[in-house]
Amino acid sequence: MAGSSLMDTLFQRTLDDLIKGLRLQLIGESAFISKAMDEIRREIKSTDPQTKSTALQKLSYLSSLHGIDMNWAAFHVVEVMSSSRFAQKKIGYLAASQSFHEATPVLLLITNQLRKDLTSTNEFEVSLALDCLSRFATVDLARDLTPEIFTLLSSSKAFVRKKAIGVVLRVFGKYPDAVRVCFKRLVENLESSDPRILSAVVGVFCELASQDPRSYLPLAPEFYKILADSKNNWVLIKVLKIFKNLAPLEPRLARKIVEPITEHMRRTGAKSLMFECIRTVVTSLSDFESAVRLAVERTREFLVDDDPNLKYLGLHALSILVPKHSWAVLENKEVVIKSLSDVDPNVKLESLRLVMAMVSDNNVAEICRVLVNLALKSDPEFCNEILGSILATCGENVYEIIIDFEWYVSLLGEMSRIPHCRKGEEIENQLIDIGMRVKDARPTLVMVGRDLLIDPALLGNPFMHRILSAAAWVTGEYVQFSVKPFELLEALLQPRSNLLPPSVRAVYVQSAFKVMIFCLNSYIQEQNIDSSSYVDTLVENGSESISARECQDASASASYYASDVREQVEEFNPRGSNQPPKVTFAENDRETMSCVQTCTSASLEDSSSSLGSIVELLNFIQFSLGPLTWSHDVELLERSRNLLNFIELIRQQIPDSLNEKDGSSEMELAEISKIVELILDAFSDDFGPVSINAQERVPIPEGLILKENLDDLEMICSDIQLPKGSYSFGNSLFEERADSSILSQQSQQESESSNATTSLLSEHRKRHGLYYLPSDKTDDGSNDYPPANELKLQDNLHDDAAHLVKLAERSLALKKKSNSAKPRPVVVRLDEGDELPVTRKKPQLNDEQLSDAVRDVLVGSDARPTSSQANQSSKPSSRRKGKEKQNADNLSESKENLGDVEEQSSNMVDTRSRRTHRHHGKDGKQGSLEKKSEKKDQAHKKGKRHSRQKAKQSGDASLPVASRTVIPDFLL
Amino acid sequence: MIRAVIVMNTQGKPRFAKFYDFQPVEKQQELIRSVYGVLCSRAENVSNFVETESIFGPDSRLVYKHFATLYFVLVFNSSENELAMLDLIQVFVETLDKCFRNVCELDLVFNYSKMHTILDEIISGGQVLETSSSEVMKAVEEISKLETASNSINFVSKTVSGWRG
Repeated sequence: MAGSSLMDTLFQRTLDDLIKGLRLQLIGESAFISKAMDEIRREIKSTDPQTKSTALQKLSYLSSLHGIDMNWAAFHVVEVMSSSRFAQKKIGYLAASQSFHEATPVLLLITNQLRKDLTSTNEFEVSLALDCLSRFATVDLARDLTPEIFTLLSSSKAFVRKKAIGVVLRVFGKYPDAVRVCFKRLVENLESSDPRILSAVVGVFCELASQDPRSYLPLAPEFYKILADSKNNWVLIKVLKIFKNLAPLEPRLARKIVEPITEHMRRTGAKSLMFECIRTVVTSLSDFESAVRLAVERTREFLVDDDPNLKYLGLHALSILVPKHSWAVLENKEVVIKSLSDVDPNVKLESLRLVMAMVSDNNVAEICRVLVNLALKSDPEFCNEILGSILATCGENVYEIIIDFEWYVSLLGEMSRIPHCRKGEEIENQLIDIGMRVKDARPTLVMVGRDLLIDPALLGNPFMHRILSAAAWVTGEYVQFSVKPFELLEALLQPRSNLLPPSVRAVYVQSAFKVMIFCLNSYIQEQNIDSSSYVDTLVENGSESISARECQDASASASYYASDVREQVEEFNPRGSNQPPKVTFAENDRETMSCVQTCTSASLEDSSSSLGSIVELLNFIQFSLGPLTWSHDVELLERSRNLLNFIELIRQQIPDSLNEKDGSSEMELAEISKIVELILDAFSDDFGPVSINAQERVPIPEGLILKENLDDLEMICSDIQLPKGSYSFGNSLFEERADSSILSQQSQQESESSNATTSLLSEHRKRHGLYYLPSDKTDDGSNDYPPANELKLQDNLHDDAAHLVKLAERSLALKKKSNSAKPRPVVVRLDEGDELPVTRKKPQLNDEQLSDAVRDVLVGSDARPTSSQANQSSKPSSRRKGKEKQNADNLSESKENLGDVEEQSSNMVDTRSRRTHRHHGKDGKQGSLEKKSEKKDQAHKKGKRHSRQKAKQSGDASLPVASRTVIPDFLL
Repeated sequence: MIRAVIVMNTQGKPRFAKFYDFQPVEKQQELIRSVYGVLCSRAENVSNFVETESIFGPDSRLVYKHFATLYFVLVFNSSENELAMLDLIQVFVETLDKCFRNVCELDLVFNYSKMHTILDEIISGGQVLETSSSEVMKAVEEISKLETASNSINFVSKTVSGWRG
């Protein structure tokens, strides 16, 4: 044993050797490390402290930079920490500060070691112990070592004292009762003349006040003195941060500090201090016009600075100002808009936020236009940032700022075509949401949806799929607004739709169903209206229809045959291997294809409601959906089967009525119309928005256990995926009837605008010529698709910055624009619970103990008669209330606390009631804590408690005076 | 409060890392990697702030500075001033420079413990305690003296390691 230990000592690698070896990398890093770890494991058990500590040093190096676990060595760390040699002790402490945490078991062993080092005469040993304590002090350690820290807080050596101050934060956090011991000394340090100590103690208060500002209001005079006198920028920054938290609580304080802060703003040359002043003013002193003005002036200097950091911070300061002082942004709008095309991503983002904050219903169109143009040529990340913020801003509060929904819906369509767009989900949601909420926007929605569906190139982009799904749903649901439903159907069933994921395709199929029903219905209605001219029409179209019918028969038989074969195949090979029969299908398909082609060529386009076209329509659907009847996706399979079977049902009637061409057809027609009407009825109920609270109103059925643990189920059905994004039936909120006037007006518009997109369709048809009609006349020569998302606006974006500024100038300056000639359409808003209730940020109630302790100490130690009286009078009264409630159980207490958070608009009553709860909570917890601590240092505690009780009693005497302020008169 | 100090080179190799709220080692490595992922994609001459709430959780900011082959990174919360943190990096680097005379990456590689000593004089428990590099130097020198004094008694191993080195 001794021999090996000596060998280890003699030939041990030092940390330097280890690092050199790592850099040489003769055997690869991980191999080298594992070899080194073997050595370390051996060496660390050595009895020689030098060997042990070197091994530990190497271990902590590897742990810190190479992610090697060192928890196993915790005991060795303790051993090295207790070494008498400073160098080794230092290694031990470093290792401890790196690897120890609250759950480390050996922490129980080091209390005495820490105590010894804290009381050492060597200031560097003390500093090591303090450093460590600031990292991993536990409740026990904090409690046991509080007396030592208390002593160090008034150490004559500044070096030690500042570190002791630094450690106080952690100790207070872990063991709030330490406040009663140490707080006074901490406060005394606020008057220190040594800037280092002052900086440390102000830093601690800054941290404390950020968690619970109210408790530190009584110290405002001390802070104020520092603010006025100190010349140290570090200290001033921290004091400003404290005041930023305190000022909103006490208007008199705000009035008092405005003057010194503006003075600093005028004088200082340090940008960091300047920025802190600006931030304090814009956050907490925004009611003081002159100060804000000065701050904005200074911010402007930041904005035009070349340093991107200052620019970014300047923009950030402006964004804080927006809600109250939008003029500040207007004054600087040029810089802001220019920053949108800055190279710095931070600057861009911040200016984007600013621009979005300026959006109102008057300028939303212009600003969005500018931003969308900008998005077109931005990098993908920023592009999506822009799109995201447009969507978020416009969608806010149920589209509050949108007046012209037709514009907005087309904007959505445009945004989804932007090349980098990754916002499919948001756009999908908004398209559907608008469809349900805004009745007047439906025609435009259908138009936009059609344009998206019809573009075959979009199908290849996976980020488009969700948008396409929304487009499909919208067009299907509101098909009555469509001018050319046949065209829609064609788009929904185009061959490239096999690129879509099954869930989206299922939506396509369902939409196709709705469109088809709509077509059938309109055909039937037309027949009913002029049933007299029915026969004539048929005769007129006779020859055409007959030829169409023949084709149809042929195709039908072909597809029947095909499906028969398929079914057989399915029977034989229930899954997977359907390769061989595919060849025959291809032949069949081609046959069918030509039939369909000739059929549809006849009349699908022009006369939408002749019988022939209906038949072709059915054929087309049957042909396109045929392959889906053996889809592996259940949803898709079921929906396409539904549709196909329905067609079967209809088809039995139609050929006969064609053949006979006399009165009996009317009867057949009547039968179809009955079916169609039934289905139409099923579809006619409108979807409405559903309140977010709707679920709550549904009573839970008896016997339904919601909280059962279903973990076992997960194992059983782990590969079943639940369908996402299903829309539930809401009770229809509208009386739905196709509004004919809108329809006609719309159709006019649509036919105009559709010219552009029909060329897309035609190109697509050309590509897949076999499937489609040899289309309209407007066929141009290009063979390929245009790229899915063409940058059309490139040319006029050269002088973008200037352009942006100009546009923004117009939109921001002309506040009163009279473009709202059209009244805003009705947007359905549920009376309540439309949005998720915004959960306000909960103040950290777990720090209650700490803040209570602080308040107790401050109140107890406060020498100023006026304030202390006011305090005591208010506090004990609330404490008494707390006592009355002491019987309340935990549950009710937590409820009360929640209630507090909600009614945070702190008027007098609320504040007082909150205090009640706090003290109530405190009394319970504190009691137990006190019991614990009493065991430890009885004498000490008793004195303190005694004085507190006295304070309580004297307070009881002046009970009815209720004042919530703890600011001494000094400030008034 | 400062939450972490990280020094890494431009290839993403950590040279120094200190986290002021405890993180298990795997988490540390992961954080360092994600910070590097953000930093390496940033151009020169852009602002030194990075939004890192996705990496370090709410109320966290990150400031970095790029010196030659090294990134110096500070992660902190809203109790610190962004520009002051930039200054603090400057103080740290200045002190290193004084300590090693024209500091370069190699100095940091071989002086792992010394870096800790220096930083512990500047920041303790996440609080900035010293901002003057000469004060820091004074303390660091005294600590080094103390270390050598306590080590010189043990001289066998020292000479051996010196001979081996």
